[in-house]
Amino acid sequence: MKAAIQRLAAMGLAGLARAITGVRPIWQGCAPSGRQRIYFANHSSHGDFILLSSSLPPSERSRTRAVAGADYWRRNKVRHVLARDILNTVLVERNWVERSEDPMVIMLGALEQGSSLIFFPEGTRNMTEEPLLRFRSGLYNLAVARPDVELVPCWIENMSRVLPKGALLPVPLLCRVIFGAPVVLEEGEDRHVFLDRAREALLDLSPERQKALAHG
Amino acid sequence: MAETIWLFLGLLGVLTLASAIATLLSWKSRRTSDVLPSTLVNLNARIKAWWIMIAAISIAFLFGKGGVIFLFAFVSFAALREYVTLTHTRRGDHRILIGMFLVVIPVQYYLLWIEWYGLYSIFVPVYCFLAMPALTAISGDTERFLERVSEQQWGIMLSVYCISHVPALLTLAIPGFEGKGLLLIAFLIVTVQGSDVLQYVFGKLFGKRKVAPKISPSKTWEGLIGGIVSASLLGAALAWLTPFAPAEAGLMAALAAIMGFFGGLVASAIKRDRGVKDWGHMIEGHGGMLDRADSLIFAAPIFFHIVRYFWT
Repeated sequence: MKAAIQRLAAMGLAGLARAITGVRPIWQGCAPSGRQRIYFANHSSHGDFILLSSSLPPSERSRTRAVAGADYWRRNKVRHVLARDILNTVLVERNWVERSEDPMVIMLGALEQGSSLIFFPEGTRNMTEEPLLRFRSGLYNLAVARPDVELVPCWIENMSRVLPKGALLPVPLLCRVIFGAPVVLEEGEDRHVFLDRAREALLDLSPERQKALAHG
Repeated sequence: MAETIWLFLGLLGVLTLASAIATLLSWKSRRTSDVLPSTLVNLNARIKAWWIMIAAISIAFLFGKGGVIFLFAFVSFAALREYVTLTHTRRGDHRILIGMFLVVIPVQYYLLWIEWYGLYSIFVPVYCFLAMPALTAISGDTERFLERVSEQQWGIMLSVYCISHVPALLTLAIPGFEGKGLLLIAFLIVTVQGSDVLQYVFGKLFGKRKVAPKISPSKTWEGLIGGIVSASLLGAALAWLTPFAPAEAGLMAALAAIMGFFGGLVASAIKRDRGVKDWGHMIEGHGGMLDRADSLIFAAPIFFHIVRYFWT
């Protein structure tokens, strides 16, 4: 029953996302595949993970769960039901001091069950003028714990304009999700070096960098 | 009614012929090489998209006035979405942008539906023109104010106001032509889009001297003149769809073709400024909705007002 509701909600949301944003996936650095993956993306809007999951082939969409902040999604009952039962998100507590469960345990648990993850390594929605914030350690920890899972950078274009923070209604604008080549953790690679490299790989997919590349 | 059937049979014939030629060309080219040249791939995609567009227009025509208004409200929505995607917007513009989609489009097409000429002809250029900068000013963000406001104005003028003048033809009371407004719309669409196709064909066959090499490498004098002349002949041949005499129909078609050319030129200039090749990807082979509608945007309001002035 729950699974049926989730599938229906996912289909409905994907349809809605496509009707509003005409979202198109651009598989630039890799192809859609049945491999277990962590899709890591830039984050500036609640619509981000809906857009990303709508860009995946339906079979992948149903096994891919978004990692979201428990402090936000558990703040009231409606949000909690939405996040847990309808959107099937993996809720992790971000606050170091007050948290009761280790986010790593929760995320590794979801990976253990065979899910792919949508992960926002900035840790929060980016509200600055900068294209991308510094990455937190989460991505590195996941890469160390599960070297068999592919880490795919995904640039989500325009979603911050479609549904900025605090806005209730989306503005219909065309969006794209650009999938880059998987980033692989090298043996003994330093945490900072890896996180910077992953961040650069994601930034390389942003329109500014793509334009610069196209013009040589 | 008989006219409508003849028109669609004619369109069906032209499209079938185009598909047959494209299939033949593809077949010939496949015999000599494994890879189809990109021009042919694009031609096939374009013809396929034309089948879908003609089907959409036919279905809208079956529903009459409501169907046509709904179809063009959708064209406005898709065009505005492509346009706004390419403009600078800031967080403070969010409400205005939503208003453009959720208020301006429905109100403009509702005014058309109730045939209130006095308001639908000034709603965007007067009321929205003043209301939108006022609301933007209230939001308090003055960064690139003039640029943002102007881009919004242009967006609704092109994508909503101008496009809405296609279904607006239904509201004209032309003596002796009552209840045949749909045919006038068909005439406008066929001559403008036909002129686009003919300019493309003449340009590909004979194109040498470029009209505006800095803006569009594909627009040539040979294509332009060949397109306008042949579109005028097409228009004259379609005079039976309209309240015009054959010579008048030819002149109206020439006017629509020339305006259509300028529409395409301006759209190319905007795209070049923003560093994109196409507005979007909605219509395979053609690009976005605006890539197909740019000529209609310029032709429709002028065509409308000339008909209104001389024939009503």
